[in-house]
Amino acid sequence: MAIPKVCGVETEYGILLRGPAESNPIAASSVLINAYVASLQRRVGWDFEDESPGNDARGYSVADASPPEVETHLVNAVLTNGARYYVDHAHPELSTPECRDAREVVVWDKAAERILIESMRAAAATLPPGHEVVVHKNNSDGKGNSYGCHENYLLDRAVPFSRIVAGILPFFVTRQLFAGAGKVGCEAPGGSPAVRFELSQRADFFEEEVGLETTLKRPLVNTRDEPHCDASRYRRLHVILGDANLSEVATFLKVGTTALVLSMIEDDEVPRDLALATPVAAVRQVSHDVDLSATLELADGSRMTGLEVQWEYLDMARKYAESRGLEAVGEEVGAEVLRRWESVLTALETDPMSLSGTLDWVAKRKLVEAYRERHGLGWDDARLDALDLQYHDLRPSKSLFARLPVERLTTDAEVEAAMTEPPRSTRAYFRGRCLQKWAGSIVAANWDSLVFDVGGDPLRRVPMMEPLRGTAAHVEELVDSCSSPAELLERLGA
Amino acid sequence: MAEREQKKRSAPPRTEEQVEEAPASTEKGEQIKAEIDDLLDEIDEVLDANAEDFVRSYVQKGGE
Repeated sequence: MAIPKVCGVETEYGILLRGPAESNPIAASSVLINAYVASLQRRVGWDFEDESPGNDARGYSVADASPPEVETHLVNAVLTNGARYYVDHAHPELSTPECRDAREVVVWDKAAERILIESMRAAAATLPPGHEVVVHKNNSDGKGNSYGCHENYLLDRAVPFSRIVAGILPFFVTRQLFAGAGKVGCEAPGGSPAVRFELSQRADFFEEEVGLETTLKRPLVNTRDEPHCDASRYRRLHVILGDANLSEVATFLKVGTTALVLSMIEDDEVPRDLALATPVAAVRQVSHDVDLSATLELADGSRMTGLEVQWEYLDMARKYAESRGLEAVGEEVGAEVLRRWESVLTALETDPMSLSGTLDWVAKRKLVEAYRERHGLGWDDARLDALDLQYHDLRPSKSLFARLPVERLTTDAEVEAAMTEPPRSTRAYFRGRCLQKWAGSIVAANWDSLVFDVGGDPLRRVPMMEPLRGTAAHVEELVDSCSSPAELLERLGA
Repeated sequence: MAEREQKKRSAPPRTEEQVEEAPASTEKGEQIKAEIDDLLDEIDEVLDANAEDFVRSYVQKGGE
């Protein structure tokens, strides 16, 4: 039986320091995060002891893999909503807490955007006049550099990695049809001047099918094996392919469909072999084909459009729902995913531009084309590239996305609450509540443990190796009724 | 706001445009066009003043 698809998203944000002649992105990211954290009461450091990004899911340790590239002296904070907010590879990065389903991911991902917006405001108060930190939620600077929006999904360790790769690869190549954030121009190696607009920000940056790398020779399926939980029972699939989405429906579908397909793979319910002949070429081909009409070559020599591949997955998903149920992804959320997946594929087939109020790439394409027409611009005009970038600008005064009529799934109230409250449904609840009550006694936090200092004793580590333990149902009463961390530790028997 | 009004005054009168370009447009179509026009007006104001400089200066380090 497929295990609950605990999931989360970690986003690297674009960052600029406007004003000074030279902008150091690491310094700017530090200023940003420090300003936000200073505006909160407490701050907890991150405990790296269990991090091992050099482990490869295919079963060997990459001997020359570098140690965690986040240097321990760089800013690194754990928030009371269970999220981690830190500087990584010269970008501010925010990982949502662990969520039980795709809808929770949307809520905490939107909360992450709000945190970045608050951070810009807090930073402004500390900077000299004329200096401003500007954050974009995108994946590409148009100059060959890319940064990621990664998803994470909990899987049963017993599932062979080769089955995961075979089942997920054709789905990954084609899900940009609804998950792509759109891009003006193209950055495929060798150039492609005829491609004026493409579906995905990230597609041009992938060079391998399967691999451990994340910053070069990027693979469609990443093999990082760092589960941050009981490694004998679980795997965490680390997905680096996706675009960062501003549209809530796009995020919901991206995460919801992927969680569903992974559940199907776990239960060995992906009967159709849709293996592509050349997945790396195909992911670019799909991205560059804005009219959604080109066919992809499958490994068996037949041809299908990207849309047809998605219809096949949806068909298998519906049958899976009927025979196995959708408990792994949440019954209600799963039903909503199926409904919206079908609705979006139908619209993509009949009238893609009707999705301008639903999908990021369509909203952006409509905006760009309307603007181009109004001003009679050629595709080379810098204003179109500026539109692309400013779509993703998180400043409310500048964001183009914020001005477009795009469907919401969340309410402002629940997003605001999620800036400081953790999900109730995963171990993030325990982490978040402990940080709310006793941050001063927590010397370090990791995804799978909290380390307390209750004075006098040696430091006390509370392991959190089960992503689905430490939920509100398990610990709310306990946490509420403990008047001190010492009491908590005693009653936990730690 | 003053800037925005100026832009509207200098554009050709709206009804004349619509009669020439889309004589068969429905009321809904006109409403949508008006909304898009309003949106594009707003975007003209919000879009970075010097697009070329802005785009050229937007450089990021590669991430994961």
